[in-house]
Amino acid sequence: MNKFFKMDNGVPALVILFAILLSACNSGGKSVKSEGATFRATRDNAALYDDLKKAEKIFYTLPSPLESAMLIKSAGALFDNTILNPVDNAKNYSTNRSMALNLGIFTCDLSFVSLYDQTQMIIDYMNAAKKMADGLGILDAISEEDISKLEENIHNQEVIMEIISQTYLNSNSYLEDNGQPAIAAMVLTGGWIEGLYLSTKLVSPKDIATNKLAGRIVDQKLSIDNLMSMLTGNKGNPAIDDILVQMERVKAVFDKITITTTDIKPEYSEAERLTLLRSQAKSNLTVEVFRELSSVVTEIRNSFVK
Amino acid sequence: MKIFRFIPILAVLLILSSSDANAQCKAFARQTCIPALEAFTHDGNYHATTLVAGEEAELYKTFYSGMEYRLAVCGDDNLPPVEFRVLDANRNVIYSNKESDYARIWDFKLESSQQLKIMVRVTTAGPQTTTPPSGCVAIMFGFKLKQ
Repeated sequence: MNKFFKMDNGVPALVILFAILLSACNSGGKSVKSEGATFRATRDNAALYDDLKKAEKIFYTLPSPLESAMLIKSAGALFDNTILNPVDNAKNYSTNRSMALNLGIFTCDLSFVSLYDQTQMIIDYMNAAKKMADGLGILDAISEEDISKLEENIHNQEVIMEIISQTYLNSNSYLEDNGQPAIAAMVLTGGWIEGLYLSTKLVSPKDIATNKLAGRIVDQKLSIDNLMSMLTGNKGNPAIDDILVQMERVKAVFDKITITTTDIKPEYSEAERLTLLRSQAKSNLTVEVFRELSSVVTEIRNSFVK
Repeated sequence: MKIFRFIPILAVLLILSSSDANAQCKAFARQTCIPALEAFTHDGNYHATTLVAGEEAELYKTFYSGMEYRLAVCGDDNLPPVEFRVLDANRNVIYSNKESDYARIWDFKLESSQQLKIMVRVTTAGPQTTTPPSGCVAIMFGFKLKQ
């Protein structure tokens, strides 16, 4: 029996077995892993939470920087470069927290400038994002070939979107596969808060009843709980704990907005060859709440880019 | 107790195989699932994991009105068909690929923005073996550019 505990075999064996167990947990196949948020919209979703126990793997997802930028553009917003995080700020970020948050922020800005055909800014923001990814040790997230391809296709929006999508996927997957979900969560948070920040800056409070972008801002209420759960899943990391406190403030403002929706009625459209999910939604965003949201988001975003 | 001498080697092999499985999943998502998005722009998010026959995964995402989406759920060739269902906030099933011969893509758009839940399950169809098949399953989203 004593042979089990000899330093030359038993103890290393136990350490290794522990490492195997850790590795197995990290591989994500067997245990419920909370990486993001919860399913909560405007109705009572308690029943949905029961389902969480059954799944082997749960993904919580936020709109990507590319999707956020597309929502802004499709709402008819005009381009404004003064609201972006200047690329010169890239040299100021040296901690994992600041680089991760600003990888998300720069990727959102990159997506924004690419949709408005700001050719030189596309290159500049791609380089700023690359600096962040390199700093975080994300190997080949954005390669020199990606930059060259971007330069060669600078007037081809489709190719540019593809490159942005691929580089963002590289960063995400690298962080997830290399056991850095907290860093991945910070990247997603940075991208989401930048999309919300740009949106609030591009809407005048007096226009919230008519501006389509105001509706997109309200829609982000649907994602805030996802974000909170994603961050909560990484609680214990000091940077995440700090960001959680900040996001609680955003959530508190979103909690003042009510969205009511009718049941979804799926309807297949032969002409469009897709399913149309019919439903109506109403919300009660007021000027006061909009101003408060804008103020809180601006304060937090500015603390991220400082 | 000779067996313990092999444990470090076994451990290294297992850790390497775990990281190799992750890399394979990433490659699978890139090479197999993203092309399934075709004319839709991939949003850049990454959702892929290894599942065994009978296991489930879930995904929660907000979809926006006015955008056209394609959902692609892809499973490794060695897996039985992968079933996916889309549920609304009241747990009503609004789409199931089981009724479309386990189609791996679904195109849709929404009149109002909604949080939807995607439930993915590797079915247990096929010959029963002592070791259930396992492989990578990827869930990818694309959207259509609105000019």
